[in-house]
Amino acid sequence: MGISSYLQFLISGVTMGSIYGLTALGFTIIFNTTGIINFAQGEFVMLGGILSVFFLKWFDIGLFPSILLAVLATTIIGGVIERFAIRPVKGASVINLIIVTIGVSIFVRGLTMIFLGKDTFSLPHFSGNLPLTFAGVAVMPQSIWILAITLVLLAILRLFFTRTIYGKGMLACSYNRKASSLVGIGVDRMVLFSFLISSLVGAIGGVILTPVTLTSYDVGIMLGLKGFSACIIGGLGNPFGAAAGGVLLGILESLCAGVISSAYKDAFAFFVLLVLLFVKPSGLFGQAKIERV
Amino acid sequence: MKKPARYLFLAIAVVCLSITSAGADDVIKIGAIFSATGPASPLGEAEKNTALLLQEQINAKGGVMGKKLEIIIYDDESSVDKAVSAADKLLKKDNVVAVVGPSTTPNTLAIEAKFEAAAVPLVSCAAGEKIVVPVKKWVFKTPQSDRLAVARILSHLKSRKISKIAIITVSDAYGQGGREMLKALAPKAGIELTADEVYSPKDTDMTVQLTKIKSTNAKAIVSWGTPQTGSAIVAKNRAQLGMSVPLYLSHGVAARKFIELAGSAGEGILLPAGRLIVADEVPAKNPQKALLTKYVKDYETKFKSPVSTFGGHAWDAVMLVVKAIELGKSDKPADIRANLEKIKGFVGTAGVFNFSPEEHNGLNESAFEMVTIQKGDWKIVK
Repeated sequence: MGISSYLQFLISGVTMGSIYGLTALGFTIIFNTTGIINFAQGEFVMLGGILSVFFLKWFDIGLFPSILLAVLATTIIGGVIERFAIRPVKGASVINLIIVTIGVSIFVRGLTMIFLGKDTFSLPHFSGNLPLTFAGVAVMPQSIWILAITLVLLAILRLFFTRTIYGKGMLACSYNRKASSLVGIGVDRMVLFSFLISSLVGAIGGVILTPVTLTSYDVGIMLGLKGFSACIIGGLGNPFGAAAGGVLLGILESLCAGVISSAYKDAFAFFVLLVLLFVKPSGLFGQAKIERV
Repeated sequence: MKKPARYLFLAIAVVCLSITSAGADDVIKIGAIFSATGPASPLGEAEKNTALLLQEQINAKGGVMGKKLEIIIYDDESSVDKAVSAADKLLKKDNVVAVVGPSTTPNTLAIEAKFEAAAVPLVSCAAGEKIVVPVKKWVFKTPQSDRLAVARILSHLKSRKISKIAIITVSDAYGQGGREMLKALAPKAGIELTADEVYSPKDTDMTVQLTKIKSTNAKAIVSWGTPQTGSAIVAKNRAQLGMSVPLYLSHGVAARKFIELAGSAGEGILLPAGRLIVADEVPAKNPQKALLTKYVKDYETKFKSPVSTFGGHAWDAVMLVVKAIELGKSDKPADIRANLEKIKGFVGTAGVFNFSPEEHNGLNESAFEMVTIQKGDWKIVK
């Protein structure tokens, strides 16, 4: 195997890893403001992809308008979930809320299966499906789209969290909800925002991924699991660490498949995750929890 | 419960009881277990539709031996435990004379023993060779075995003088069955395996495995993948990597959905398939021609969706049971079993069936045509 093979593994890894990263990002945004792990995050990714397919089919308005509509619809669904499933039980313990999100994810998956069917669907590539070849390495234009959109999204989120009053408010909630509420931050509204943003990020991930990987009502399960692992690798609570963790997981998987054995790909990636947790329990970029007495 | 409600309830119960007891003697009850929902639903849905279609057609013509045919269909939701409980229900509660299905190999293997014990014939619609090898007295199956599909691909490779191939298979029972068969039969045919790659059923990207295959000097790729989804991704990734070596897929992908999913990447791929999906291209002198055209027309007008090979497997299973009943003029389970073994030259959708006590699948390599995709449609490779 020549160097070009390794470059090819790297490119596949980074492409898949970007999506894991975006899913992980969604996890951390909600975790930061609410302290819960939203297990419906994978369903946002699924909805983004599958709704684009159906909007394209039903309304015949072209690829990009359908995608925008799908992202918008998923974001609204994210808001609705917060309003009707999370807010009514907000006083409950974190573990109960997590179980609520598992229920929501099963509900969303079930509805999608009933209304949109059990089939697998494909979405056209954004700009042609002919690979570009550099030095024996084939790169799909869609991979470049995925990378570019992921980076732009990360930059925007970074600006949002550090420069805007809402972003700062959400960060404040993550440090101390009670104190935030005392200084006049609407915690409920921040939680709603966090759901909106993470469903938006998830939907965008789903939309840019679907042309490469196809979609069906049940793709959210595995993506959610991988995204969650990415979060743990990067350190739960650090959005950009989570994104980096996703890319790392993607690269690990593809190198394992390429160099060791494709049969043990998933097993090896999760083995690395375990080792990492033994060595550095707070994740690569996470801060160890300090208990103040 | 208030009084009027109680009387109503009682009345309904009495009516129901009288309906079931009145019809018992002039009805032949066949059971069916299909994966109408869940991951295997592309198989089960077509099978269920076909069974309903046949029940309607047969009864419209006066039933079987003058008795009404009733097919009791259970959905196993593609899960093994649901298939087991459906088998129990059919055998103990519904007292059926024979059962067709299940749709998948794992589900069939899980319930086989129950039929051996209950002495009721089972005609499976699943492809795995393990179902009928070694032969079990009460178990039959209608789809062509993996062995036949692999043999057909290998002889096609030989006719093109290709001696080095790479294989990529999915890590479930179906894919690994194909993988073992390829590893066993390829060396005997003088064909060398240069790579043996695997992917998981839920994987969405196989470029890594294909890149490895690309770096070996394989002259063809044989992929035994999840029907449609995984196989479509392999076809897409192959096009994305700009690979030009021919790609052979398993007979499982022979459904229109695959063409839709793979898009332009599906053009030119090769696979062995039963004649059902190329019905209009089958020469008129072929014994299957008339049957195939009729089934395609009936199915597509009734259900407004394209036929698939899988529906054909259910057609074969139901009609074989009916044939066995008519042959022996008896609807006793033991007679049906004995007469199934006597069926020779039965023209079905999968091929011409010849059963015997040693052969419970009844098909040979000639049941397959090599087909390719040209301009978004199946074409027979000459």
